[in-house]
Amino acid sequence: MTNSSDTTATSTAPPKTGGPFARFMRATEIDPRLVGMVGALLLIWVGFHIYSALFMGGGTFLTPRNLWNLSVQTASIGIMAMGMVLIIITRNIDLSVGSLVGLTGMVMGILQVEILPNYLGLGHPLIWVITTIVGIAVGALIGAFHGWLSAYREIPSFIVTLGGLMIWRSAAFLAANGKTISPVDETFALLGGGPYGAIGQIGSWIVGVIACVGVVFMILQGRKNRQKHGFVLRPMWAETFMCLLGCGVVIGSVLVVNGYPWPVGILNQYYAKLGEPVPEGIFVSHGFAYPVLILAAVGVAMTILMTRTRFGRYVFAIGGNPEAAALAGINTRSMTVSIFTLMGALSGLAGVVASARLNSATNALGVGDELFVIAAAVIGGTSLAGGVGTIYGAILGALVMKSLQTGMVLIGFDTAVQNMVVGAVLVLAVWLDNTYRKRIK
Amino acid sequence: MSTNRGTPLVEMRDISISFGGIKAVDHVTVDLYPGEVVGLLGHNGAGKSTLIKCLSGAYQADSGEIRINGQKVDIKDPRDARAQNIETIYQTLALADNLDAASNLFLGRELVNAFGFVDESKMEAETRKIMARLNPNFKKFAVPVSALSGGQRQSVAIARAVYFNAKILIMDEPTAALGPHETQMVAELIQELKAQGLGIFLIEHDIHNVMKLCDRAVVMKNGQRVGTVNVNDVTDDDILGMIIMGKKPAQAA
Repeated sequence: MTNSSDTTATSTAPPKTGGPFARFMRATEIDPRLVGMVGALLLIWVGFHIYSALFMGGGTFLTPRNLWNLSVQTASIGIMAMGMVLIIITRNIDLSVGSLVGLTGMVMGILQVEILPNYLGLGHPLIWVITTIVGIAVGALIGAFHGWLSAYREIPSFIVTLGGLMIWRSAAFLAANGKTISPVDETFALLGGGPYGAIGQIGSWIVGVIACVGVVFMILQGRKNRQKHGFVLRPMWAETFMCLLGCGVVIGSVLVVNGYPWPVGILNQYYAKLGEPVPEGIFVSHGFAYPVLILAAVGVAMTILMTRTRFGRYVFAIGGNPEAAALAGINTRSMTVSIFTLMGALSGLAGVVASARLNSATNALGVGDELFVIAAAVIGGTSLAGGVGTIYGAILGALVMKSLQTGMVLIGFDTAVQNMVVGAVLVLAVWLDNTYRKRIK
Repeated sequence: MSTNRGTPLVEMRDISISFGGIKAVDHVTVDLYPGEVVGLLGHNGAGKSTLIKCLSGAYQADSGEIRINGQKVDIKDPRDARAQNIETIYQTLALADNLDAASNLFLGRELVNAFGFVDESKMEAETRKIMARLNPNFKKFAVPVSALSGGQRQSVAIARAVYFNAKILIMDEPTAALGPHETQMVAELIQELKAQGLGIFLIEHDIHNVMKLCDRAVVMKNGQRVGTVNVNDVTDDDILGMIIMGKKPAQAA
């Protein structure tokens, strides 16, 4: 029914004004704030690398080893930051996510260490499956309860989740009488990363190729769609550039994670188990760690949810104008419950990653995470006024937070200084974002 | 009193609704025939918007009944109203400022493809088509509606009501924020929709617009209906008298 001639007349071609950079940005349709965030991230990385090269006797930041560790450390905060984007877009807040990590971690710890082995036997392959499902379900249930209190009992989400912050942390303490539960199930522990909790060299290349195919497919699909409705197409060079950029980032990360070999201790352990001598000069790559793959999978799913489904539309609409959303027939209350349920489930998933990485469930698991998660979402461009935010921004925000933290550990700043810097960066990031937004208006 | 015959498109009978003990609408009865524009007039707080929100599903009446084409209907929320082909252009426009024109036009009724995903390109293409008809100067399809002028925002809100083949249209002060040229465009659109057989409730303060656009006028005061008049039978002073004094003029009684 749509032929290309009737709409082309009304389409506006991008004006041919501005400098080469402005024209480039317009042609590729890259979000300028994305460029800002990536720029800040690279600045932090290069800054730490140069600092360590000058004062620590060798650059240690931009090494495969450090970047691999950074990716694993980002996973738990990053997973939760994506859920927090939805919460903040709809003008709510969730302060309880750190406590939910603690509680779900503890529930899963007790389940897989003290309960399931009695029925299934130690090391049974179903243990990690049941544990993970229960952990995510507990998080989702508590999230749904928070959402219900906020939407149907009209208690501000700040208060509901502030209460949750205290209640669920204490519940975790009471559940195990303050004990640390360790070690967790062996298979479960792989979900936290580590030398064995990664997919290795070949696996990483397979993931990389699939991701590249995905990038090219998305760009082609977008072009086909525009053609079908007769919209202005991006110039061919811009499409090619986007393909190359996307695939370049993917291949670059594959090279980085494959460039980090198993340390000698792990090699000895691995080959001792096989009963063979360690081969001379062997290089066993880590490859992508499982928590990073979980982060990436959740990121893709959440991006689709937010940009391609009605649910995502409604999240943005409620954030932009709750009254208009309700008048358009959107059930804003049940949406709030769904959003908090999703946040709870993601907190449970972060609990899986965090407790697996630690190989134990401790009472301190996830303490203070809520602040890092909110900061990551906000640094990633999510507006506390509601209605604005992206999933990729949240992941980049989490990466910025964790880069600062690990960088400062690397160069030997103590915790007090770290927190001061992270706090200052948070305020600075929001100020820069505000300034930018005012300028484009 | 009315020259219309047959079953009215809409009958709102004996509608009452109160908020915290204050009767916002007090036993009001109005009707609307196909191809007719009925003006709703009265001071601020007279209950016009509240009455009409019972029809659009934003509020639920405490008592009274609504009939569409003679059938009693139960309108519990905006979805029910839309299912009855009732579309509303709110005074506030009810647009999500952070979304673009197409997203607002299809809000709550997004077009989806075979996989259930929102079909953004199709929605934009449809939006371009309807805007080309309503407001040919409209070009800003890719920006959030917060970046649009008052008139452009208004045309998005109107497009939303017109696109979905409304049979009953509610317009709450559609020209309040518009310049003379845009007001003229809205007036022409009302005439066109009327000719297509739509019934239109028009909440309007400007008495000249009422005289020009409406067939009948319902005047409300303090939540009660003062009276209903055929616009051709009265002068604008008569209607102003009804609004201010709350009394029906002798010649129209």
